[in-house]
Amino acid sequence: MIAASANKISRSPDRLISLLLLPVALIALGPMLRLLGEGFGIGSELTLVHATEVLGRPNTLTALQHSLITAGAGTLLSIIIASAFAFMVALTDIRAKAALVFCLMIPMMIPPQITALAWMQATGPSSVLLKTLGIAPPLGSPQPLHSAWGISLLLGIQHASIIFLILRAGLRMIPGDLVEAARISGARSWRVWAQIVLPLSLPSLAAGAAMTFVTALGNFGIPAMLGIPARYSTLPTLIYQRLVGMGQSVLAEVAVLALLIGVVAIAGVLAGRLFLRRRAYGLVGLASQPLVLSLGRKRPLVEIILWSFIFLTLVVPLLALVSTSLIPAYGVPLTPDTATLKAWVEVLFNQPVTRRAYANSLLLATSAAVILMAVSVPLAWLMNRRPTRLTRAIDALVDLPYALPGVVLAISCILAFMRLPFGITLYGTLTIILLAYLSRFLVVMLRPVQAAIGQLDPAMEEAAASSGARLGRRLFDIVLPLSAPAAAAGAILVFLTAVNELTVSALLWTGGTETLGVVIFNLEDSGDTVMASALATSIVAVVIALMAIVQLSASRLPKGTVPWQG
Amino acid sequence: MAGLTFSSVSKLYDGTPALDGIDAEIARGEFVALLGPSGCGKTTLLRLTAGFESPDRGRVTLGGRVLADRNTLVPPEERNIGIVFQSYALWPHKSVAGNIAYPLEVRGLAADERKRRVAEALELTGLSTFADRAPAQLSGGQRQRVALARCLVADPQAVLLDEPLANLDLALRGAMQEAFAAFHRRTGATMVYVTHDQTEALALADRVAVMEKGRIRQFAAPEALYDQPQDCFVASFVGDGAVVKVDRAGTPAAGTVVVQALGQEIEARGHGMTPTHICIRPEQVRLDADGPITARVSTCTYQGGRFRLSLQAQGATLIAHTPMRASIGEELRLSLHSPWAFCDPAGLAAAKGDEYA
Repeated sequence: MIAASANKISRSPDRLISLLLLPVALIALGPMLRLLGEGFGIGSELTLVHATEVLGRPNTLTALQHSLITAGAGTLLSIIIASAFAFMVALTDIRAKAALVFCLMIPMMIPPQITALAWMQATGPSSVLLKTLGIAPPLGSPQPLHSAWGISLLLGIQHASIIFLILRAGLRMIPGDLVEAARISGARSWRVWAQIVLPLSLPSLAAGAAMTFVTALGNFGIPAMLGIPARYSTLPTLIYQRLVGMGQSVLAEVAVLALLIGVVAIAGVLAGRLFLRRRAYGLVGLASQPLVLSLGRKRPLVEIILWSFIFLTLVVPLLALVSTSLIPAYGVPLTPDTATLKAWVEVLFNQPVTRRAYANSLLLATSAAVILMAVSVPLAWLMNRRPTRLTRAIDALVDLPYALPGVVLAISCILAFMRLPFGITLYGTLTIILLAYLSRFLVVMLRPVQAAIGQLDPAMEEAAASSGARLGRRLFDIVLPLSAPAAAAGAILVFLTAVNELTVSALLWTGGTETLGVVIFNLEDSGDTVMASALATSIVAVVIALMAIVQLSASRLPKGTVPWQG
Repeated sequence: MAGLTFSSVSKLYDGTPALDGIDAEIARGEFVALLGPSGCGKTTLLRLTAGFESPDRGRVTLGGRVLADRNTLVPPEERNIGIVFQSYALWPHKSVAGNIAYPLEVRGLAADERKRRVAEALELTGLSTFADRAPAQLSGGQRQRVALARCLVADPQAVLLDEPLANLDLALRGAMQEAFAAFHRRTGATMVYVTHDQTEALALADRVAVMEKGRIRQFAAPEALYDQPQDCFVASFVGDGAVVKVDRAGTPAAGTVVVQALGQEIEARGHGMTPTHICIRPEQVRLDADGPITARVSTCTYQGGRFRLSLQAQGATLIAHTPMRASIGEELRLSLHSPWAFCDPAGLAAAKGDEYA
């Protein structure tokens, strides 16, 4: 009945905007569908042989188990870290919030393989930093991070900021008067927190946790750097190893593995959505006074704890990375005499490939961010205001390209774009990397915009309709400005993520289309840890500089544009 | 401005009727209130008029033009109907003047003309000094007036108001009620006003449609609703007083009827079918030492200048106003003076059921 009347009400502009779904579905999901076909041998002969054979292997099940353990433990750790920071930053009167949040954001913006590299340089017997300080473990003792716990720890730290951002945004939406009402009812701080703030923030926490789980599941850099030496395979590293070892002959087999990880990711997303549906509260009214709880005398203690965490998880690993980049050769201790910028000069000036990689990465990231921003606002509107079976399907599937390991998306793109009609091939061009990025990062852009549009009072648009504004005009005059902060936040996230992307480009690059991730990976792969550290440090410097530029211009941007802005 | 008609309009949600055969005609320039408890369908009817919902059956016309029926559905933006939302729905990214100017911008008016009309609307709503403020910087009453100015600036054919005073304090409500009434007088707009507050509805509207469970129970002038309710729901929902079941009744003639209720023969006003109930307003109850009815005082509340008594008599609760305080438990004698006798459709069915039982 409702569907029937919704159809009746749909008018021609609505149908026009629905056309948007077609290219989005093609680019975002086309490669994945092509992969699906490959997995089941469609095109050659329809068969489930691959699927049953691959899924029956013990190493598949072990890798699946490892993936679930590391992603699950990592997500739990992220929840703990992010909740502590989000509640403290959003709800209390601690000082220097902007600086704290900025530092918390850095791990997410740094490529995972650089995180892993930096942490390995900060621990274990060969750490230059520890050796210089004279506290390195004896030679021959194991690298503690080469384990499931090491992978979980780094995944948790790497992705905590995803939950933090979503949770803090949710906490900001809680009107201060709800807490005031509770306090007037006689509730003390802990009770206010447990009975008012926590229940109201659970939807954001669940949304953030689902996204973090899916991201951790697809992380390739950390388990590759930490797990492969320890023979601890997760699904992404298993896929990568099979592909590198056996070449294109195992495309169908890795397609099955990719589908397996896709199923797990979808299950995670659906679980989160089920939880959200049962827990969705409409918070009424304009966000009034943001609520601030006073910590009183405990404030310095809380501040010390939060900053110590930042020091241990950010400053120490980065110091270790810098230390390693300053030695002349691996194994040489760092002293004032041995310190040299040789590796830096080599990586930044003597190798044209590095400069080209910088240009390519910046161009790809900018294009992806701009295109996705233009697409996401109408798409998110359509999904929220005119839901159909198609939009719900896209909504559920759009996480896939992001959840799947980058290698798998790369393979999908090769399959999908290698032979286009009229003899066109995109293979070996920047375009194929761009298409892969669009597919992969759509969800990064879409979710914040969806959240913003979901929270928009439909009466805002109805008022515009009653004022005589047609659909296009309403989208442009009302929906766009009100969701612009979220869109800009999403664009910045896309840009920073794309600049650091390794896994997709690792399999799509050719001479001339290298990205930063590829160059650093190649250096590290060939055992040149010192040069890799130098390039990694330069990338970290660029990322922090980009973040700082955004931070400094934050006052001139609309409120809420910078995701981590206070 | 133009008249608004609804003919057998129905709307189902998941098979449950939210509106069930609405027939109503609202004259040009009339101020009509839709009154009813929450969930009665009044907001659905309003949203259907604005074009945000479509009827499953029936027809809506405005000034002779079909807005919605089986084949037609005019989208909200083409209806030229203004609406004031309960949440006001002011656009936070536009200033007060920007909010008000928007309908004119959409219609493509020249800048000078736009400026002039916005200034006029600001003046009319007393907001001239707030033109450049952001909506978030305004008080509730001011936001309300911005929403009103925004919906009127484009000179709509009808103005819909969805519980516009629900979020305002009592003093402001009184002031805004006067503002609405004055506004209606000055503009002559056809206005439909949704509320669950009968004081508001009775004070403001030319006619009030009392709704319950998706139906209009009675659509009449406020004084008619009060003096001559058509059924038990209206009689008890609108105004103070008592609804008492009639034991026996004659046939109304010349506007009066004799009924047997509270153990007495009572002369009541009434016409049409044999009544099943009488509605006794407080001013129809007189304390009278020689009165035929004995009643016991159960509550006594001071209401400024008078006391409101509830009285237990023959199993019914009557309401009376007196100038003197009465003590609880005190027995008083009273007489009734032309209460209204009516035939409740549901009551009739129940009475028939009694006969069979």
